[in-house]
Amino acid sequence: MSDLFDILLTAGFWAATIRIVSPLIFGTLGELICERAGVLNLGIEGIMTVGAMAGWMWVYQGGGLWGGVLFAACMGMIFGLLHAILCVHLGLSQHVTGIGITLFASSLSYFVYRMLLPSATTPPKIVPFQSIAIPGLSDLPIVGAALFNQSALTYLALLTVPIVWYVLFRTPVGLAVRMSGENPVAVEAQGINVLAIRTGAVMVGSGLMAIGGAFITMSWFDAFYFGMINGRGWICVALVIFASWQPRKALIGALLFAGLEAMQVRAQQSAGAFIPYQFFLMLPYVMSILAMIVIARKTKYPQALLVPFRRGERV
Amino acid sequence: MATQPVIEFRSVTKRFGTLTANDRVSLSLDRGEVLALLGENGAGKTTLMNILFGHYRADEGDVLVDGRALEPGSTRAAIDAGVGMVHQHFTLADNLTVLDNITLGTESLWSLRQDKKRARSKLDAMIEDYGLYVDPDAFVSELSVGERQRVEILKALYRDARILILDEPTAVLTPQEAEQLFSTLESLRRDGLAVIFISHKLHEILAVSDRVSVLRRGALVATVETRTANREDLAELMVGEAVVRPKLKPLEAGPPVLEMDKVSTRNGALQEVDLTVRAHEIVGIAGVAGNGQSALADVLSGLEKDFSGQVLLNAQPFSAGNPRNVVASGVGRIPEDRHSRGMVGDMEIWENLISEDVRTAAMSKSGFLINRSAAIDRTRRQIEEFDVRCEGPNAPTKLLSGGNMQKLILARALSRNPSFILANQPVRGLDEGAIAFVQGRLLAARARGAAILLVSEDLDELMSLSDRIAVIYQGRLSEARPGSERTIAELGLMMAGQSDRGEAA
Amino acid sequence: MVIEPRSSVSIWRAGLAPIWAILVSLLLCAGLVAWAGASVPTAYGLLLKGAFGSSFAINETLTRSIPLIFTGLAVSIAFKAKFYNIGAEGQLYAGALAATFFGTGLVTLPPVLMIPFLMIAGAVAGGLLLLLPVLLKTKLKVDEVVTTLLLNFVVLLLVSYLIEGPWKDPMSLGWPQAASIVDEGVLPGLLAKGRLHFGFVIAVVLAIGLWAMMRFTVQGYEIRAVGYNARAAEFSGIKINRTVIMTAMISGGLAGMAGVSETAGLKGYLTLDLSPGFGYTGIAVAMLAQLNPLAVIPAAIFLSAVYVGSDAMSRAVNIPTYIADVIVGVSVLAVLCSVMFSQYRVRWRG
Repeated sequence: MSDLFDILLTAGFWAATIRIVSPLIFGTLGELICERAGVLNLGIEGIMTVGAMAGWMWVYQGGGLWGGVLFAACMGMIFGLLHAILCVHLGLSQHVTGIGITLFASSLSYFVYRMLLPSATTPPKIVPFQSIAIPGLSDLPIVGAALFNQSALTYLALLTVPIVWYVLFRTPVGLAVRMSGENPVAVEAQGINVLAIRTGAVMVGSGLMAIGGAFITMSWFDAFYFGMINGRGWICVALVIFASWQPRKALIGALLFAGLEAMQVRAQQSAGAFIPYQFFLMLPYVMSILAMIVIARKTKYPQALLVPFRRGERV
Repeated sequence: MATQPVIEFRSVTKRFGTLTANDRVSLSLDRGEVLALLGENGAGKTTLMNILFGHYRADEGDVLVDGRALEPGSTRAAIDAGVGMVHQHFTLADNLTVLDNITLGTESLWSLRQDKKRARSKLDAMIEDYGLYVDPDAFVSELSVGERQRVEILKALYRDARILILDEPTAVLTPQEAEQLFSTLESLRRDGLAVIFISHKLHEILAVSDRVSVLRRGALVATVETRTANREDLAELMVGEAVVRPKLKPLEAGPPVLEMDKVSTRNGALQEVDLTVRAHEIVGIAGVAGNGQSALADVLSGLEKDFSGQVLLNAQPFSAGNPRNVVASGVGRIPEDRHSRGMVGDMEIWENLISEDVRTAAMSKSGFLINRSAAIDRTRRQIEEFDVRCEGPNAPTKLLSGGNMQKLILARALSRNPSFILANQPVRGLDEGAIAFVQGRLLAARARGAAILLVSEDLDELMSLSDRIAVIYQGRLSEARPGSERTIAELGLMMAGQSDRGEAA
Repeated sequence: MVIEPRSSVSIWRAGLAPIWAILVSLLLCAGLVAWAGASVPTAYGLLLKGAFGSSFAINETLTRSIPLIFTGLAVSIAFKAKFYNIGAEGQLYAGALAATFFGTGLVTLPPVLMIPFLMIAGAVAGGLLLLLPVLLKTKLKVDEVVTTLLLNFVVLLLVSYLIEGPWKDPMSLGWPQAASIVDEGVLPGLLAKGRLHFGFVIAVVLAIGLWAMMRFTVQGYEIRAVGYNARAAEFSGIKINRTVIMTAMISGGLAGMAGVSETAGLKGYLTLDLSPGFGYTGIAVAMLAQLNPLAVIPAAIFLSAVYVGSDAMSRAVNIPTYIADVIVGVSVLAVLCSVMFSQYRVRWRG
């Protein structure tokens, strides 16, 4: 027990937590935007894979780091557009379409990776984003390393939370997005194109998911591995429910999970002799399920989530 | 001075597949005028208005606003031209505030901030001017039906509508709320708004409109000045050949069939409901939607078992919470919503007709193998007996018209000669022919000795069909009295929560 | 753009929808084949030959279709009740765990009893794994897609722990794998040569049985009613929760049997690469089969052929084997579209 307490006091633990939380923030906010507009996006796992591969590949082929992030986001948006065409415009099952997008996007990522690097046996590396120490603040004990000595992408992740909140709850377009998730007929009756709003939300959300994937290969690790997203996308879907579709709570939820994962890595080293590592690795998945159970009864779903909207029907 | 009409429909035609919903309809409307659009369900009124409001595109013809052709299929163009529509099914988001619901779409989507301060002051002024009182910060889910309608009207006015379309606006209101709405319309008209008022209720139309246009099967059959019109002529124009709705013949009520004693549901939707329905008797339940009708229907359908108090059916304990036992004990049920509760659209007709007794020995062997040939035989007889227009027992259910679907539900509910019938909104949305059919069947069941509970929001229907009427308000049910003992106005007050004068004494 | 339902859907149009989907998928993936520098007709010819070109190839294709029939049936019946079980992968491993637990020496019965026993044990294990998601769905309305997906990872880690730890076969020369299934439990081969085993017979019999159940029995009727319109089903007295739970148990059970069949039929022992995603491919099988249990058989054989054939194709013309997964992913999306277009008509102007 005292071991765990010691871990909480190390700067390394907090720095790792903030690093691990970044892709979760991008993914969770991306999913949150989609669902606020009324569209479940189970393509997230595949879209994060696409982002991880595309961003990395851009840099590996000689592009700049920020160019890679942008490229990953664009690729994510393309898959988001595909998801939107299928389940927003054609009104197909959001569940099955999302799973299909995940199968398609991840297999295509692997295919493209193998095409471009047919003979690589050990995954090649790039020079990833480096930590930027903010002068003065980064010397503070614990918080300094955690909050003020991170990579630019991490700062971007933390900044995305208030931005997404502001756009959703303080701007007209945010109101239109939320209304599309509550009652699309009301949106259409006010002269706004629901299909366009939903399509836009799914594309922006998918772009964020892809940046979350790119973070993993460009800021956390420096190479692309097969299966490296490893269920992180699904955890983000669970986190959105846990957060009751609120960006602020999404940040808290993501921090909890990242803290757990960071602690798990460190606890393995001290307790690994007694508890097999697989049980530590199970924790995030088990915690996600528990989180959904805890929140289940209280939560207020967007009322039009999963409900396709067809113009001219039932108006 | 020849004034230009505000709105002009020029030979508008709209088809859905083989159905012609609007057939070369031409109409016009002036400033400060109230035009009533009369027609029975399915006559094409709503379709015509949806073309004006850009939900549909006309196949032929034009709509002109202020003499300029309106861009077809664009709700935004209609709104910009000054058209506002209050839909029959409100288009509001429950989990958002009144202010958000009203201001959505009134600012540029790309502005960086909602200007709530300006919106609030504009809205407050409008609320005062027209007496449309509602709290801008309330969530829509907290509002009553009447208040929600005010929000819908405010939504249109907030966008400076000069033409207001109201689609069946009184269907969900008490008579007093309807009066209030009419006086609001009068003040809007004085301000120069043009109003299109869609209804199938003749007395309302005679009360509020300047002119009446009558639609029948998609075609405009007449436009008349209201002051020269009378009820009978309008009724005939609306329906065509005179369809006579069946009349209630006095019958001696028999022994009690259904007895409810102090029934309260745990969620409070019903509170100490006492009710007795006798053989040879129809008891009507009046009330504004959402006052406990659904809870009452759920208890009697066998869906809700979480209640206290006693329910007896033919002096036997009621099989609460078990629909199949409820049916087996002699209850016939007509659900409120045909499509979502009544029928599984994706199944075949015969499959829908066995849904209540599929586990009985007649329809399956030991609750396992379905006796398909017996089921299809029975379905064939029922289709014939209830005059269902379809291709046969194997036809897909979802392609049936509303009237035919309701006939199927009647067939399922009535062919076992139930001793008690729960009829929840049995004629809502049907055309005259189907209404007469359904009401005739209910009256025949009454003559045979069934006890019937008729739940409806339409007071005229209740007055003409019920031996006794009770009013439900916030889960409490008044005493059921013969329709002749109370006026429509008195029932309306009770529906709004004013207690029954007689009862208080 | 306006989408409106067709007033009548011909059986031809509905039946051909999956065929269209397959053709469209192959056409789209032809782009990838061309990018890899291969001639498209040659590559697809090799794929066809690799899957059906010899008795050995056919044998392999049928063998690989066995787990896909099981998982395809599992997904079909669950989706029919609108219960989105995406956890067939985890349930497959749960079944394999049960087979390993009972079948590696703990219980020994004569083969006529041992094989059914292992199958049932695996089905129970698969069903039990789905019990938590289905109870969360019916009691607390927790979305089953996420819970079943997450459990896949949990089960896989459990398998990893067991075969690296307590269940590790001491004879395996350090490889993480469990002990072999006892001889009495091994599913016998069907032909003198090749790997095709008795699991194929079990899978086909189950497909026919499930089809008959959906069509002729009260239980099948109730599952369909709940899936199409739960509110109407409830009104007519069908117990929604009980029906969904029963469906989930059948679904989990079928996926569990896939695990037994792979462990006791093909490999002989449990490893971490027992399934290269059969659970997920089962979704594609079910969608191509339009959730019809009988159609699951050809759909599973088709997708199995894609995998087996593209192995051969990628060896010959140097296309990454992931092409098979891409074809599967695209076909899920394509079948959704083609079915929609068979039921709806799209008009560009309303």
